[in-house]
Parts: sequence; C-alpha cells; structure tokens
Amino acid sequence: MSKFQFPESIASRPVYGTLEPRPGKAHLMIADAEGAEAILELASQDAALMAKTHIIYIPKGTDFSEKLRALKPAQFYEGPSYDASVQRIQKVLGDAHMGLQVYLAGTEGLMGQAMNEAVSAGIPASAIQTEHRGSVARRMQCVHCKGITEDVVTDPFVCSHCGLNLFVRDHYSRRLAAFQGVCIDAEDPGNVPEPVELYK
Amino acid sequence: MSAAPQKAKAGAEKIAVTVSAVVPLNDLVTRFEFKRTDGAEFPPFSAGAHTVVEMQDGDRTRLNPYSLMSDPADRSIYAISVRRDDQGRGGSLFMHQKVKVGDAMTLTYPVNLFSLDLRAKKHVFFAGGIGITPFKAMIAQLEQSNGNWELHYACRTPALGTYADELTNAYPNKVHVYYDDQNQVIPLEDLLDGQPLGTHVYVCGPTGMIDWVHATAAAHGWPSENVHSEEFLAPQPGKPFEVRLCQSDITIQVGEHESLLEAMERCGVDAPFLCRGGACGQCETDVVEAEGDFVHRDHWLDDEDHASGKKIMPCVSRFVGKTLVLDR
Amino acid sequence: MTIQFNNETFRDDYSFRNSDWAIKRFPFPFHEDSYMYSVNMEQHRGGPEGSVYEKRFDVDEHYLSEMQDRAIVLAEDPLRCQSLPHMTLAGWDTLELIMVSKSEDYPELFELHRDGNRWRWVNKPMKIDHTFTFLDETTLPCGPLEYITRQTQGDFAVLDQRDEMLWMDAGMVTTQADWSLDFDIGMNFFEWHAPVPLAHEMGIFKRALKFLLNVQQGAPARRLNWTMTVNPLLDTSPENYHKWGIQKTTLTPENIGAKQHLRVELQTFFRLPRSNALLFPIRCYLIAFQDIVTVPKWGRRLHRVVRDLPEELATYKGFIANRPVMLDYLSQYDDGLPTSPGVWPDLETEPPLAK
Repeated sequence: MSKFQFPESIASRPVYGTLEPRPGKAHLMIADAEGAEAILELASQDAALMAKTHIIYIPKGTDFSEKLRALKPAQFYEGPSYDASVQRIQKVLGDAHMGLQVYLAGTEGLMGQAMNEAVSAGIPASAIQTEHRGSVARRMQCVHCKGITEDVVTDPFVCSHCGLNLFVRDHYSRRLAAFQGVCIDAEDPGNVPEPVELYK
Repeated sequence: MSAAPQKAKAGAEKIAVTVSAVVPLNDLVTRFEFKRTDGAEFPPFSAGAHTVVEMQDGDRTRLNPYSLMSDPADRSIYAISVRRDDQGRGGSLFMHQKVKVGDAMTLTYPVNLFSLDLRAKKHVFFAGGIGITPFKAMIAQLEQSNGNWELHYACRTPALGTYADELTNAYPNKVHVYYDDQNQVIPLEDLLDGQPLGTHVYVCGPTGMIDWVHATAAAHGWPSENVHSEEFLAPQPGKPFEVRLCQSDITIQVGEHESLLEAMERCGVDAPFLCRGGACGQCETDVVEAEGDFVHRDHWLDDEDHASGKKIMPCVSRFVGKTLVLDR
Repeated sequence: MTIQFNNETFRDDYSFRNSDWAIKRFPFPFHEDSYMYSVNMEQHRGGPEGSVYEKRFDVDEHYLSEMQDRAIVLAEDPLRCQSLPHMTLAGWDTLELIMVSKSEDYPELFELHRDGNRWRWVNKPMKIDHTFTFLDETTLPCGPLEYITRQTQGDFAVLDQRDEMLWMDAGMVTTQADWSLDFDIGMNFFEWHAPVPLAHEMGIFKRALKFLLNVQQGAPARRLNWTMTVNPLLDTSPENYHKWGIQKTTLTPENIGAKQHLRVELQTFFRLPRSNALLFPIRCYLIAFQDIVTVPKWGRRLHRVVRDLPEELATYKGFIANRPVMLDYLSQYDDGLPTSPGVWPDLETEPPLAK
C-alpha cells in the first residue's frame, strides 16, 4: 500500500517520517493494521535488529501478524485493540532503560496514544520515530465536552459524547493524542454543512 | 506600544557587591563570596546559572562569566570558585592576585544557560576539574526538593580535588570521585547503560570530556535532549585585525589580547551580550562584507552559519583578512 | 489614589462599565492609523503615573469583579487551571513574584510579611489574611499558581524553557481570546501559536521566541495584543464557544456602541528565578466602542485600523462578519483629520471631532 501524503499544515499538526534503524540495545515497535508494512521494511534494513526487538501489534482486521512473527522478534505480542495493549505498553516502558528506541507505525490515533505513553515515561517526542500507514481517520477531541471520538473520517462530524456538530481542525495536542473539534454552527444554530470525507 | 520607550542596555542587570570572603581551596582554586553592598538579599537563582563578574583592572574592564556555586536557597551571599589560569587572558589572575575582602565589585543578575530539566526522573552529573562548580548549586537545589541525583567527578589529584572531600562526606552514596593520578576513569559506558527512562545527564568540564559524554551517549541511543553540557570558552588571543562597524559608523582595531566584543565596548559601542563565552547567542552579529577568513569558536551558530560567512559571534570569534564590515 | 472597586458582571446582565478614569488609562493598542503584526516588545519597567504600565501587576477598579468571575469559571471547569508536575517550583516563583510586587507597589492594598519561609500574606480587598510556609504545598488551600492567580487579574501562562524552546506547561486561563489551556498545555511555542495566520510566514514567532528565550531576571518585557468581543465577556473560551458564539450575531446599528468591545491584552514576560521558567501574564482590558470614541484621536484611528485590516486577520480575530456594521458606526467618528503619533489619548492637543 502506498503511503498517504498529508497536505502541508500548521505547526502543531504532527509530521510523520520513515522508520530507520537506530543504535541501541533495546527496540520497541508498536503498530496497528498496515503499520506492519513499515516494520517489515524496517526489519529488512538491519538483519540484527529483530533479535533486540519487542513488537506490539494490533491487527485491526488485517492479516500481517504471521509476517511479523516470521521476523523472529525477541518478543511479539498481538493485541485485540489499543486499549487492551496499554497496560502492557506501560509495563514495557516502565522497565526500560535509557537508550531504548521506540518506533511507531500505522494510524494517527495509535501513534499519538503510544507516543504519549513513551513521552510520559521520559523519552522526548522528537526522539520517537513514526511512520503513517493505512487509514487517515482522526482521533478528535470535542473542545466543549472533552470527549474523544475515534476514527473520524468526515468534516464536520457529530461528537460521540455530547452530540454537537464539530468541524475538524488541524490543531493537535500530543498530550491528548487528538485533534481539536469545534462547534460548527455556534453562530448560526442548525446550519450544518453536509459532511465531506477528509482530504477529499 | 511605546508607553515608555527605554533602550535595553547590553548584558544582564547589575548588582553592586562587596567581597566578603576569599577562601583558597587548593593550589589552583579560590572561592570568592560576595554580599550586596546595599545590604539587601540577592535575587533567588536557579542552579546552573552564572554571573558575569566585572573587574576593574587599572583602566581595563574585564568581564568574566563564572557559575554561581553557592546554595540557591541562601540569599545572603553569592559565591564563585575561580581556577587560576596562568596562561589565560588575566581575569583569573586578577581575581587571585588583586581581589581582597572588602573590595567593591559588580556582578550581573544570574543568567542560566545550563538549567536542570525538572522533568527528569534522575539527574546524573559528570564533572571534570573546575567544572564541579555548577553541580555544587544543582546538588543543593535537588537536596531541598528530594531530587534523585548522582555525581561522577574526575580530578587530577586528591590535592586538586576541589570540594571532592566535602561532597563525599556529605553524600557518600551519591558522590563518586575519580583521580587521574591513580589511573581512575569514569566508567561512562557502564553508567549510561541501565539508567531508567527519563534520566538526564549533565556534563561540565574540559572540551574533550564534554565531547566524550555526548558521543558516548549518542552511540548508546540516548536522545540529545537528555544530555546537557555547559562550556564557557575564553576568548583566545590572535592577530590584530580591523573592523568597520557600519551602524556606529566607526572603524575599530581589535588587539591581539582582546576579543572583538571587548574592542567594540572599548570604543563605546553598546553591543549586546550575556555569557561572553560563545554559548548564549546574544551577541550574534550580521556580516555586511568580508574579505578573508573567519575564526569561528562559538557553540551558538551551526556549521552552515559558520560556512556562510554571514554571521559572527564577537565574544569569542575572530577574523584574519583584509576587510570586515559588521552590521553593528 | 484609592481605587473604588466596581461591583459588576462579565456575563448574563453584563453590568461591566469603565469609569472615566479607566477610559483615559485604557491601553489603546494602535500607535498609528494601521495595524500589522510585529514583535513590538519593550521593557516592562514602569510607565507614566496612573497608566496601566506603571506597576508590575496593574490593579484597577475591576479587580474584585474579575476575581469573582474567575471563581465562577473555575467552579464550572477546574481544567482552566493546570500545572504539569515539574512546574510546581515555577508556581512558587509566580506566587513570590506577585506577592512581592503587589505588596511593594500597592502597600495600602497588599502586605507580605516574611520570616524565613514563614510568610503572611494580606490581601485587603479580598479580605484574605493567610500564613503559610513558602515551598510547602500542604500549607496552601490549592497549588501555588492557582492560589495567587485567583487573586490576580489576567490570565497566566507559565512557560518552561528547555532545548532552546518554550513549553506551555502550566497556566491559569479564564479570560482568554478563544484558546484552550487544557488543549494547548504541553505544547511548544510554535505549536500553541500554530492557528495564528500570516505571522509564521512573516517570521514573527521565530523572532519573538529568540527574544523571549533571552528575557533575563530583573529585566521583564511587555507588548500589546488585541481582538474584538461582543459584550464585555471575559471568558471567551473555546470550551464555551457553542454558548457565547451566538452573541456575535446580536449586533445592530442601535446597540453596537454599547455592545461591541475592543479587547486588549497587556502581555508581560518575567524570567522566574528559581525555576528558570518564563511567566507570561496576559491581562485583558475591555472597552465599549461608545467609550473609545469619547477620545477623538482613538475614534478616528480605530475606524481606519478596522477598515484597512487584512481579511485573514479580521477572520482570525473573529469579526469579519461584523466588520460592515462596525465601520458604519466608527465612520461617524472619523472626520479625516490626521492623528498624532503614539498610543496616548492626547485629549488636550488633538482637535475635537469636526463633523
């Protein structure tokens, strides 16, 4: 699958790169769905990498697990969802030492949330590698009720918590791992444009 | 807005002080303690901060930066420790030979270019020689907030181990001293390996030691944000050269033993500065025209800036050539 | 002078008013007849007597009512005041700076008695007399930043300085021009300014950052910023935008003079000594159009600035839809005469309106 090229945007919007092997004796890779492809490409660049690597993978209905397992990482975990994997991620980071290299691949929601865990554990955001693959759906926070709506693919969208019609901003909070959604019809109640698919 | 336009003077705000103690610590290092001349308390400071000491050496004004090494919680004094440099430009010799208890001097307000990262889960300090001074203040600050720290301190000999005994006695489990003359070396690789996530390391000492810590940490996969260093460069002597300052509309001569910044100040040009050691970026000056070679010595500009010939840091860098015109 | 504190509201019935004194000392932000972004920094070391620039933290007739409004906002939404764990020392720095400044600048209103770390703080207008231990959070009813900023007008962003960058890691934000501390906390200088149009391309933020990183202890700085607000609503927050946004549509030619307010932020910058963080107070001053135009110079100039402002800026500042009705109103107070340079009202020297 080819990589999606996000349009240039404002300074708070994350910019994703391409994973590359870095020095270090321990490596943690967290990916979901098509993010597996980025890990497969990364592994192909350094034959010694996988023996030092812990992969945490959430397939989201894809079938990359066997290919990842075939890389023979030191540890491999397949989780049914990100939420189900969080405690494991926290434990791995809590036990880790300086020098750990973190690689994140897949959807923005997965990368944002996992980065938040790694930053809280003491790794600076700029030292964490990311590569976007797969869905361009966004994790959105409603600025009004603070509720998070996952996998938003249209603009505007309806807040899954308070029901307000929100427009999708590019303003992004690493701490919340979410973009900002703001009421679209505050100045003209009821005048809500037809939802349009993101990036169309 | 121009509510009350006041042009900022170069350098940090100043404090008039009286030398309250001169304490020789060993053959090379002496501590100087200051009280405020007006009897008031000093401003609080953050550990890692330095002050620029103004020395009246005859008709020459010397301005040297020194780390504040007193306890930041003690607002009654500021203290610095000065290593005598017999080959240096004379500032440390002036301090050692001329400064007596009761002398009036001027310090700047504290400026911090080497602050603790207060998010750190652990602070690991690496000191070499007189590089111990900022860590004295950092240790005092962290002790008050129950901070998690350890010190690894390399000295030439026990006799030159400034504050080594005092620190070892106060914190026997946290302070580790290594003496060159006993062939003891900081086991850097072992120390970098196994630190918990969120550890920050700080290094202050000779250039070689700073480079060693940065390079070793990078090779072990440490993010650069977790490795902090401070090195003040003393301006080096060099061939005299001539500079045209186009804003001030004067041409000045830079002598062999003065920096470009000092020459500007001597000629009455109010040029900005803070650290005078190539680290803070305040004195960055645009080059209007140059025919010759720059001798860049600062840590502020990146390689690209250095190669461009468009900028110079007059506190430590020099010029060899025919023409130099600066936007100052 | 003794300040007579108003009893007024910034919501519901909007009883907020500026006295003649407050109008004459209003921090009018335009020094010429047009506006574009600039870094426009200057030292914050006093100003003309009686002006809002004179004291380190200006206290005016709205003090008690603004503190009352802040208490209402915090009761509804405690997330308006937050401090990341490493910012507690900067909170104490803030408390110390404000208590020392206010007790020195307004001795008739505030007292600070220090005996080592045993401090007694007296805030006479708010009837507070509290003894606590400096640097011991258990001796305050809430964190040090929240404690002192519940007693000080204006919003406060507390910026940690690391890696040649400023990070918005703590704040008290209840009188904001439509930005959310809860969303922006933890962001760096470029990230939290990301939504501002044009200024990034102009290099404004790069220059501003360079300046701010070098603000030193004992040498605070200041600048002004401005926007427009319908009704004297202090809490124009994104959180409540779905409630207050509708008010922007209520302007009519009849009510605009009373309802439309110019909103000016006096932004100051202090290096905090113990934490090396940067304190960024953002003090909001509101004035109704009908009060601005009582100063002929300001009436003439405001018309010209609003008329000539680039569309992106009028959109960003949220008044593009109301610009026509604003211009209809303001044009009545612009007779085309030249204006004197600078921000001051110049009531004695500028001619009265000639139409």
